[in-house]
Amino acid sequence: MCLAIPAKILKIEDNLAQVDMAGVKRQADIRMVSNVRVGEYILIHAGFAIEKIGEKDAEETLQLLREII
Amino acid sequence: MKFVDEFRDRAIAERIVKKIKRFDSLKVNLMEVCGTHTMVIFKQGLKGMLPKNVNLLSGPGCPVCVTSQEDIDKTIELAKDENVIIATFGDMVRVPGTNSSLEKERGNGADVRIIYSPSEALRIARENPARRVVFLAIGFETTSPLIAASLLDVQKEKIDNFYIFSSHKLIPPAMEALLESKEVRIDGFICPGHVSVTIGSNAYKFIAQKYNVPCVIGGFEPLDVLQSIYMLLKQIKEKRTEVEIEYFRAVHPQGNRIAQELIDEVFEVSDVMWRGLGTIPKSGLRLKRKFSDFDAEKEFPTKTRKSKENPDCACGEVLRGVKKPTQCKLYRKICTPEEPYGPCMVSSEGTCAAYYKYG
Repeated sequence: MCLAIPAKILKIEDNLAQVDMAGVKRQADIRMVSNVRVGEYILIHAGFAIEKIGEKDAEETLQLLREII
Repeated sequence: MKFVDEFRDRAIAERIVKKIKRFDSLKVNLMEVCGTHTMVIFKQGLKGMLPKNVNLLSGPGCPVCVTSQEDIDKTIELAKDENVIIATFGDMVRVPGTNSSLEKERGNGADVRIIYSPSEALRIARENPARRVVFLAIGFETTSPLIAASLLDVQKEKIDNFYIFSSHKLIPPAMEALLESKEVRIDGFICPGHVSVTIGSNAYKFIAQKYNVPCVIGGFEPLDVLQSIYMLLKQIKEKRTEVEIEYFRAVHPQGNRIAQELIDEVFEVSDVMWRGLGTIPKSGLRLKRKFSDFDAEKEFPTKTRKSKENPDCACGEVLRGVKKPTQCKLYRKICTPEEPYGPCMVSSEGTCAAYYKYG
């Protein structure tokens, strides 16, 4: 139930954002994430953005995953 | 899909498994607390990729599954009131109570509506001013801030026919209860990624420090889960007990402050009953007194009847990691997703349902 899906912000109006969630356009409440901008990615859980996804952090994670020790 | 596909790369998965296999001298029980992790592990076949010395246990992280029989029965009683519309997340509908279920009551004419977001429950309340909407608020720290936000909207809009039945629960106290019971040896926790978005990694420090159990907060793609297992094994091997974040693209040590403030504004911590774990001190959230006008339990006191779980259903033991679904005498023989006897078979992220579909 704690499923949250990454979505790209298309438009912001006050506390609501239009997002692209796996190709589907939806509306998300963004009051819990501060300083988000169009083009950035947020995690959506039950219609609310619960956090911004750090792009650099994601890249860094992928680098760690690819690491061969 | 960005942030999804790249974390499902099969070749990288195999490389991480190779690294995991280097710890072949360790025989460990690792618990994935979150039901969504359980689903990923089964659906993506991760269990089969792991060596035998790494045993994964599923924990009490499926909100529907840990809801007590008494709470299930109360929601069923509420649904019988013909002036009430029940708004709920899907899985709750099919959970068998002592004598009925929301689904059965719906068959008898009860108005039970499945929603995806709490904002839909608000819409139902606005569209039905003559009726009273009771939202079944279940879920962990991922979900409770949303419910709090929605309730503040209700207050602001002066909607006067919206109520909450709060069965919210908190994850760290349940982890502690499992460790205190000493029923199962847990050598490491894969901590729930989206609960941790709200509460942050600092919330688990006491688990690592007081109980010497390593914790890794993992994301929900296959590579995230495998890497979390690798990080736990590395901690165990190096005799470290820390809280590490694998899912740092979304989880921060201090968590999401706005979400925490929303919870604090609306809810207060209370002792609460969990299926399988009994009453755990300070493990639930109830509405603060200033929101008591929205409290379904105060507004609709339900008749107290003796709630009873099916004595043959092993859901409680499954939730504690004591039993595997295959050790339950109902599993597969008479308890199936089509005709579930316990919530662990109902919920899409219940351990029994995961075993049934992918085990």
